[in-house]
Amino acid sequence: MPKFTPAELDAHRAKLAAAPRKRAIIKVGLNTCGDAAGALPVYQAAKEALQASGLDAQLVRTGCAGMCGLEPLVEVQVGSDPAVMYGRVNAEAMREIVAQHVGQGKAVDAYRVPSIADMCCEPPTPGKQYRIVLRNCGVIDPESLDDYIARDGYQALKQVLTQMTPEQVIAELEASGLRGRGGAGFPTFLKWKITRASRPGEQKYIICNGDEGDPGAYMDRSVLEGDPHSVIEGMIIGGWVIGASKGIFYIRAEYPLAVERIEKAIRQARAAGLLGSNILGSGFDFDLEVRLGAGAFVCGEETALMASIEGKRGTPWPRPPYPAQKGLWGQPSMINNVETFANIPPIILRGGAWFGAIGIGRSKGTKVFAVTGKVKVSGLVEIPMGTTLRQVVEGICGGTPSGKPVKAVQTGGPSGGLIPASLLDTPISYEELAKLGSIMGSGGMIVMDETDNTVELSRFYLDFSVDESCGKCAPCRIGGTQMLRVIDRVLAGKGTKQDIATIKRIALTMQRGSLCALGQTTPNPVLSSLKYFEHEWNERLVASK
Amino acid sequence: MTTVKAIINGLPVEVPEGTTILEAAKQVSVKIPALCKHPDLHPTAACGICIVRIKATGRTLRACCTPLEHGMEVITHDPEIVAVRRGIVELMMSKHPNECLTCARNQNCELQTMCADFNIEKSDLDSIVPDLPLDESTKAVSLDPRKCISCGRCIQVCQEMQNVWALCFMERGIETRIAPAGDISLAESPCVKCGQCSAHCPTGAITEYDEAPTVWQKLMDPELHCVVQIAPAVRVAIGEAFGFPVGTNLTGKLYAALRRMGFKAVFDTNFGADLTILEEAHEFVERFAHGKSELPLITSCCPAWVDFMEKYHADMIPHFSTCKSPHEMVGALAKTYYAQQAKIDPQRIFMVSIMPCTAKKFEIQRSEDMRSSGYQDVDVSITTRELARMIKQAGIDLRSIPEEQPDHMLGAYSGAGTIFGTTGGVMEAALRTAYKLVTGANPPRPDFTVTRGLKGVKEGRIEIAGKEVRIAVAHGLGNVESVLERVRAAKQKGETPPWHFIEVMACPGGCVGGGGQPYGATDELRVKRAQGLYQEDTAGLWRCSHDNPYIQKVYADFLGHPLSEKAHHLLHTHYIPRPVYQR
Repeated sequence: MPKFTPAELDAHRAKLAAAPRKRAIIKVGLNTCGDAAGALPVYQAAKEALQASGLDAQLVRTGCAGMCGLEPLVEVQVGSDPAVMYGRVNAEAMREIVAQHVGQGKAVDAYRVPSIADMCCEPPTPGKQYRIVLRNCGVIDPESLDDYIARDGYQALKQVLTQMTPEQVIAELEASGLRGRGGAGFPTFLKWKITRASRPGEQKYIICNGDEGDPGAYMDRSVLEGDPHSVIEGMIIGGWVIGASKGIFYIRAEYPLAVERIEKAIRQARAAGLLGSNILGSGFDFDLEVRLGAGAFVCGEETALMASIEGKRGTPWPRPPYPAQKGLWGQPSMINNVETFANIPPIILRGGAWFGAIGIGRSKGTKVFAVTGKVKVSGLVEIPMGTTLRQVVEGICGGTPSGKPVKAVQTGGPSGGLIPASLLDTPISYEELAKLGSIMGSGGMIVMDETDNTVELSRFYLDFSVDESCGKCAPCRIGGTQMLRVIDRVLAGKGTKQDIATIKRIALTMQRGSLCALGQTTPNPVLSSLKYFEHEWNERLVASK
Repeated sequence: MTTVKAIINGLPVEVPEGTTILEAAKQVSVKIPALCKHPDLHPTAACGICIVRIKATGRTLRACCTPLEHGMEVITHDPEIVAVRRGIVELMMSKHPNECLTCARNQNCELQTMCADFNIEKSDLDSIVPDLPLDESTKAVSLDPRKCISCGRCIQVCQEMQNVWALCFMERGIETRIAPAGDISLAESPCVKCGQCSAHCPTGAITEYDEAPTVWQKLMDPELHCVVQIAPAVRVAIGEAFGFPVGTNLTGKLYAALRRMGFKAVFDTNFGADLTILEEAHEFVERFAHGKSELPLITSCCPAWVDFMEKYHADMIPHFSTCKSPHEMVGALAKTYYAQQAKIDPQRIFMVSIMPCTAKKFEIQRSEDMRSSGYQDVDVSITTRELARMIKQAGIDLRSIPEEQPDHMLGAYSGAGTIFGTTGGVMEAALRTAYKLVTGANPPRPDFTVTRGLKGVKEGRIEIAGKEVRIAVAHGLGNVESVLERVRAAKQKGETPPWHFIEVMACPGGCVGGGGQPYGATDELRVKRAQGLYQEDTAGLWRCSHDNPYIQKVYADFLGHPLSEKAHHLLHTHYIPRPVYQR
């Protein structure tokens, strides 16, 4: 592929739009979730059925459309009819769908599930999804640069390089109110601004944090697998704004498909002149490389992540100096999360004000959640900030499969907390969730019904954090283990009131004394269980028997 | 200099920009406790005990690594902060063996002190001490990983200060422990036995390999004739264990104490230092003035440096002085010259070295050359810390004991000999004698002060008989690399070497900062200890090693002349490249 100039990029997009389309399009979700659910034989069945029948249809592998619990997902669109989504499709069903729907234009109702269009709404509407980050997931072939370009891909990059100043980009981000989607919620514009101002002219690095590790959370994996170019485009723009010539994707090694697709996308972008030297003829040089995380949860913490890239033991370091001052290899560096980067191109194209109009308070735009646990439809949902927990759990995800009442929702993974059913009408925002003793986190959301026990759930999270403690600082290293021992005493029916006091004492030591957020937040699931479900603890104590 | 003004505990402070809260608090007489922070090392923020509260946000931050900012209001102590600090110490203790009474650091342990301060009387936490084996493989330093609190000081010391890379963290979380990479023993690791890890450890996790019991046993053996020698740096540091002001020179009292402990003859390593200078200065003059073999000449009296060089810089072997270290020279002469003169069967002589050093424990058996007398020249080497304990065990009141003289045959020394104990001292002493050898006269001013002070690498130019002698002095093994790189670069290009003579001591400050010295050394203490030695140098009878009449006598009576065949046999050694990993 020749290297694009801005005009050639536009011309290429126009050519793609004008290209003749097949009568029908069949999209099979082939992210890790689809593959695990058996989508590959489904794809194969579609391919064979199309070959055998000679039907005029295009078969596309896409990323995940979101309803992972209904995988394998297949979307069929015939002529100008609205697309129909099928769930839990097997090879047999696929052949039926090809024959009936593609062949005769009759949808197969037995497998029908809500389509992406059914779930989403424009403009943003309460109780509905609104997809900015997931705009291309399940829609395009993630391995096709053309598919991305056809959906306004690299248009934002072109706009930035040809029409904007870095300050203007920062101003748009400020207007958008976008905050870090990794969990901490630091204003993105400020991070970009500080890093741009830091040590001008020196080597800088931009890093994408793809070390997603919360149990049950896989938003970033889905974006990396389903729309790799959107993250790359966000990174290139960020690199240009802060003055970095080099970017690094730090992706956990347990995400082989994400790594494969990102690497392929990097190669495609490089070949098209969207990465490398003189990007889009602008004179801007920028390239990306992928580094694999070796499986330590704490390497999602930015200082530990940089230590890991440098080949050192992945342990956090005190800040200041902040990465913007002295980061990777001692140079100014900026780390953003996958979802944050994926938000950048739409903000540039539609304007910061558009994004800033979505959401509530200081929480703007949308947030992607991975909803799992006791819900009818588990998977990814992208909702405008301000949507209530109830709308997500009972509305979008259909409530509990058993019909039993929801007991609690856990957000923020091992760093988060439990929110009892009585508070389900809380609107989702950084501030509101923090008020309840939980956090937004990176987007894990686990729903529990009344058969679940929060003591056991909090033990599960604590065990996870203890296992993932890097061991550097004493409060986290020893505190977590000791707390776990006390909880096990309680779970064994040997606990006393004194043990609860001990748990709280250790928790305070960890919260105040730990160096990084992992240790500081490790007690959160336990504390929120104690706060909202104290009776579940008391029931197990010796004295109350 | 830009300063920042801030408030600590309601009191105004003004400090240079970049000053940490921990340092700034001292200005208002506030001591913030910390366990992992050491004045020699940059903060790693591991322990969490130094947390303070930022009033504006209510957040707690680590004082050790957080610079005070303009207008910041800091609270260093409130009930919650104290509770958290206490909580951290309690957690540490739950993973630390309750063996204080039988620990080498009893009453001299930073963790124990912290426990006392926070009154950790009892805890309802389970004891979760890991079952990890003791590593005594080096017979120089002992590593008891059970007692480790993972502060990371030893690792910083080993990797950054000393550039040795023997120790690292293994595993993670609660399993985190210190060990050589690959879980090999310390003896198989790159460890050079400098013992700086033990000198910086806040607990008893790394200590000297204790050989005091062996010494007591030998002293009880009527068949043996136990003799002893004291290294220069010991005399100005041991007083710290007895409440003397830092840097107090206790030479005479130590001689007396050692005799009371049962040693038949009390020698002084300073005599060996003088002898080393005679040999090494001749070696230098042969190379410098007579062009025999390569320059620069590099000193070899530090056994940790020798081990480091053989492992990491074996290409420098041709540059190394072949002189043994001073205590080995005294050991060799004790079992030959002294045995002959005193008419004692050398087989009965048991030589104990009192050293500021853990590496000497390793050195005494490092090669066959250390048996030049036909017996092991030095039988046991103990550290200043071990001697301090032995003096206490012997019930000797060091404060009131009258001073005595050494056995002069191997005990008299010059000022040049005594300054061996500090960085730059060997160089200064050697220059005094080299000057004499080249010009025939003593230097008009024997103080070559360019060699002094605690700068990591000191460079100087000295004129001897119209010829410029360029010297470099490095201390702390982490400072060696840059010096050797310049030597290598010059050699590769065929240029004249950047220096003619290089002194290296493994420990910061030289032997006064040795790995076997009393705990708590900082630069402030190292300077005071060195001052004690410089004072003795100026006050002494002789300033130059060659003026020591007992040195002249040993050559006249026994050795012949410097670099004689006999001197070579007894006082010199050789070096071989050694693998960094022994396994």
